[in-house]
Amino acid sequence: MKRHYVPPKQGMLGQIVDTATVLVLVYVSLMLPLLFKAAAKAENAVVQAAVAVQATWESLGQNAIQQEQWIRLGYSPEKAAMLINNRFDYTIDPVMLGLTSAVIIGYFIFLLKVSAKQYREVIAEKFDQE
Amino acid sequence: MTARSKITTTGKKPIALLKVLNPFHVWGLGVGIVLVGEFMGWNFTVDKGGAYASLIACWVIGLLYTCVAMIDSEVSSTVVAAGGQYTQAKHIVGPLMAFNVGLYLVMAYTMLCAADALVVGDLLRSGAKVMGFAHLDPRPFVVLVVVFLSWLNYRGVFVTLTLNLVMTLLAFVSLLVLFVAVEPWQQGVVLQHQGLLTDLPYGWIGVIASLQFGIWYYLGIEGTCQAAEEVRSAGRAIPLGTMGGIMTLLVAATITWFVATGLLPWQYLGQTYTPMYDAATLLGSAKLQLLMFVATAFAAIASANGCINDASRAWFSMGRDRYLPEFFGAIHPKYRTPYRSILFLVPIAVSFAFTGLLDQVITFSILSGLLSYTFMTFNIIKFRRMWPLGSIHRGYEHPFHPLPALTLLALCCLTYFATFLGYGATLLSVMSFYILASLWFVLRRYPYVRRAEQFSMPWPRPRGY
Repeated sequence: MKRHYVPPKQGMLGQIVDTATVLVLVYVSLMLPLLFKAAAKAENAVVQAAVAVQATWESLGQNAIQQEQWIRLGYSPEKAAMLINNRFDYTIDPVMLGLTSAVIIGYFIFLLKVSAKQYREVIAEKFDQE
Repeated sequence: MTARSKITTTGKKPIALLKVLNPFHVWGLGVGIVLVGEFMGWNFTVDKGGAYASLIACWVIGLLYTCVAMIDSEVSSTVVAAGGQYTQAKHIVGPLMAFNVGLYLVMAYTMLCAADALVVGDLLRSGAKVMGFAHLDPRPFVVLVVVFLSWLNYRGVFVTLTLNLVMTLLAFVSLLVLFVAVEPWQQGVVLQHQGLLTDLPYGWIGVIASLQFGIWYYLGIEGTCQAAEEVRSAGRAIPLGTMGGIMTLLVAATITWFVATGLLPWQYLGQTYTPMYDAATLLGSAKLQLLMFVATAFAAIASANGCINDASRAWFSMGRDRYLPEFFGAIHPKYRTPYRSILFLVPIAVSFAFTGLLDQVITFSILSGLLSYTFMTFNIIKFRRMWPLGSIHRGYEHPFHPLPALTLLALCCLTYFATFLGYGATLLSVMSFYILASLWFVLRRYPYVRRAEQFSMPWPRPRGY
């Protein structure tokens, strides 16, 4: 029979360090793209503002009903141009797509492999000692 | 492991979470978290692919969530413990998977809570503008909302979820009122679909891209199983509340799309933070405008409330199992709530709400949810293989297995691709967070975990082990 695993007792200082580590991981990993996106948005806004100066409803491709709704929402062609010209670019970079796919698939394989090993320990300790 | 070891001990007295909830609370928790998605956030699907793409996303992602609800109802009605999918992963896949699933839940709900608080702040700014206070700073209100709801959660689950039930019901009824008010039986009078609906602006690639925010129509319905340890009859209440919830949301999502796309130009609709309030504003009725103002606020507050409830349960469960410092595994001796976990998540939610970047915050929440749904596909296949039907008692058995699991996996893959389109950097960043966190768990936290205690259900030994 396998010996019962007795984990070490963690002191308060260790618990604080671990909590801080999780917090740092959360903030660093998740705030970085937010900051990049904010910078990119600010750049886009400058470009769009230049385009918006000479905008008309016709140049923005808005029909009569659309124009009416924009006006009821309180938008002029110049103001609406900021929203209308804000478009996504769906050009696919095959290298980035391949990299992203590999990261997601690799992540799940890693999770399942390590979990399976840990799960065997749990089941062995739980059922072998009953 | 005995029932005693599932509860927290403070001093000499063992304390457990209170079993006070019924199926209506479960419905209120699930729909309450999600319904805010019908008032805002779903409309980013329109931005990514146009109005028709949004409708396709609504139905395709509706299918994804039907699979989620079917699978989750079966496993939740069998694994009756706080922590929801986290506890399922612990019993079926293994500790590292469970740690990741716990983090998905915490991140999905905390980010959703931050997004809700952002919406309340933005709504107040809109309201203040109408009343002549154009420069209202919404940030104090954002803090106030999160702190007040956390206090409510701290004080007890019954009042918290009863409040959720009432606010959710009122918000849902307000959507029905708006639907009747736009006279859907007469095209061209109020609704202007013929002039506002355009061809797909990005083609079919935009339809696929819109699946990313299509998740927002339903994100959080799976949170119903977080209440498993606090309902009086989990085998009955969880499937009833969850399946009833997904049906309610399918109706609400379709109504929302129909009304908003018939009133707002798609480029505006795709980028506003308060589409239903804006739609009501265009109708020119002060009463409807006020109704949508209150309903949007109620939906956002109910959602934030449910998110604090669910995120704190997941964090608490991980603390109780020592996946995180066990300090978080404590239950309040008087209120019987996971109070330390509730308090810990307050500053995180507030700080993300302060970024003001709603679409990014929503993307974090969506990706965490999506990773959780991907896990469900492995989970149900392993669950049925390790404990076949008849070998243990199940409160509910979902039909057509493994078709829902395979459909769910295919739709998850498609939604990852949809997120890559436009939010590829965020996708990689979120993945790197989970990879780093996994390494940290394996190297640092797993040595503190008691092995046998990870399996607390009274089930026989799993087949193949």
